[in-house]
Amino acid sequence: MVVEEELSLREIALKLRIYVVNSIFLARSGHPGSSLSCLDILLYLYKKVLRVDCNKADLENRDRFVLSKGHAAPALYAVLAEAGFLNFEDLKSLRKFGSFLQGHPNMNSTKGVEMSTGSLGQGISAACGMAAGLKLNNSSARVYCLLGDGELQEGQVFEALCFACHNKLSNLTFIVDNNGLQIDGSIEEVAGFKNLEEKFKAFGLEVLNVDGHNFFELEKAFEKVNMIKDKPTIIVAKTIKGKGVSFMENKAAWHGKAPNEEEHKIAINELEQEIKKIKGE
Amino acid sequence: MKDRKMATRDAVGHALVELGEENKDVVVLDADLSTSTKTAAFKEKFPSRFFDCGIAEANMIGVAAGLSTTGKIPFAASFAIFVAGRAFEQIRNSICYPNLNVKIIGSHSGFSSSEDGATHQAIEDIAILRAVPDMTIISPCDYFETFAAIKKAASFRGPVYIRTGKFLTSNVNGPEYIENFEIGKGVVLKKGSVVCLIATGVEVYFSLKAAELLEEEGIKTAVVNISTIKPLDEELILDIAKDFEFLFTVEEHSVIGGLYSAVCELLCEKHPKMVHKIGIKDKFGESATTEELLKNSGLDAHSIYNKVKQVILNKDRNFNYFSLES
Repeated sequence: MVVEEELSLREIALKLRIYVVNSIFLARSGHPGSSLSCLDILLYLYKKVLRVDCNKADLENRDRFVLSKGHAAPALYAVLAEAGFLNFEDLKSLRKFGSFLQGHPNMNSTKGVEMSTGSLGQGISAACGMAAGLKLNNSSARVYCLLGDGELQEGQVFEALCFACHNKLSNLTFIVDNNGLQIDGSIEEVAGFKNLEEKFKAFGLEVLNVDGHNFFELEKAFEKVNMIKDKPTIIVAKTIKGKGVSFMENKAAWHGKAPNEEEHKIAINELEQEIKKIKGE
Repeated sequence: MKDRKMATRDAVGHALVELGEENKDVVVLDADLSTSTKTAAFKEKFPSRFFDCGIAEANMIGVAAGLSTTGKIPFAASFAIFVAGRAFEQIRNSICYPNLNVKIIGSHSGFSSSEDGATHQAIEDIAILRAVPDMTIISPCDYFETFAAIKKAASFRGPVYIRTGKFLTSNVNGPEYIENFEIGKGVVLKKGSVVCLIATGVEVYFSLKAAELLEEEGIKTAVVNISTIKPLDEELILDIAKDFEFLFTVEEHSVIGGLYSAVCELLCEKHPKMVHKIGIKDKFGESATTEELLKNSGLDAHSIYNKVKQVILNKDRNFNYFSLES
């Protein structure tokens, strides 16, 4: 990736952060902290990794992405709009009565959404099933699944990791949005476990560590994923909850609440200033 | 074959193998119980299309959901209590909400896990899953109906729960029934004039036996097999309600939320009428033989016969059911 492209990705990410904050503000509810922490990863996936085409959304051989942490739906919707699956105007209807943009992703109402998720721990199993199905179909398509680090507390996640490793699902890549926070506080305080990397390795996963807001690091990790042919990979992406909005950053309280009018103004202003900086204005 | 005693689960492996030969997209999942659920026959024949998920039912249901999005037709099997029970929310959120084409087989339902005791006896699986939108529930009565249900479920679009058991009974149907079976349609197995037993699962057989006993005393008793609990064959149930004075539901399931509830919900709204329930009372089972447990719950032929007589006599002490003899 050349420097200009990285810069452009950063600019798009800021623009999408504005859409995320706006849509949650208009909805008066949603999960800004969790959406902002994984937005860069989602953007990188849809821009550089996933072989998907918004004009052929049902193509059999397309790559699949499953947002197992479904509450980050506003980020997914903003990125789907950037990828052409939705219109940016649609984002205003988030969580509204009759809208096809549900609070958590619904595969039947929203183009580009591959699996209905929201109940934590469930998307990862579906991703395993997709990877197993694609292998049976001799498809070259790959499956990517994003999990929250709080989500790892669900036992089903570990059932799924066992399944993925046992079945050698090398066409499957997990990404952990490792922002360190959950609703009740820091993951370590609530019910955290240490040594994520060793745990994942013990299951038989290939583990990669990256800064989830650094496009160069993401590029390296996703390139490496393609080289691993005998087992699934997990990318542990260190992220900042609420990334890009100063007063939301690293605050568990911003996991799932909408900004009020004043907070909304400050947030948008901050993000716009950042865009200006990138543009050198 | 019709006279040989068989369990509904015995049809599972046979039907799945036949499906596997007909359609390469049929895949089967189990949770370390393939010899009990009888999916093992498929595993042996098509090992690459069989996923033993280990003792991890929640993940199994999610994997089945994912497989279905790639065009596969997954059948996921375990004991009824572990799919409808433990994996309830996975069935709701990962299969029914997205309306995915997954078939779930819940074996050892009702009292058929017998000596294993209450932890393994699913007496509320129908109740749990009946409340979930977009779910179809089939509770077949014998080997042939189970065989048919599994085969028809494969070409039916959407989530289906098929309830099986390991209790050995005589077959109610013959092999010719396999072609005639239709999801959503009840079957009048025996005509009658005053009493109608609306039964499901193994209780269809016991109801037929009870009807024979009643018939000996001149009580003309009809028996209807309602294998699809959801969607209910409303037309047939309404016809029955209009034609018969005494209605009974008979099920190897809790009297809360199963066939009795489904029938009453319909009749309360469209044709208010008393329905008498024969089913598992609102309490847990225990270790015993299935026969003992069924008898204890009033679900054997003789108990059904007694219950019908008691209701008829109670209703009208002067009721002369001998006069019904033609």
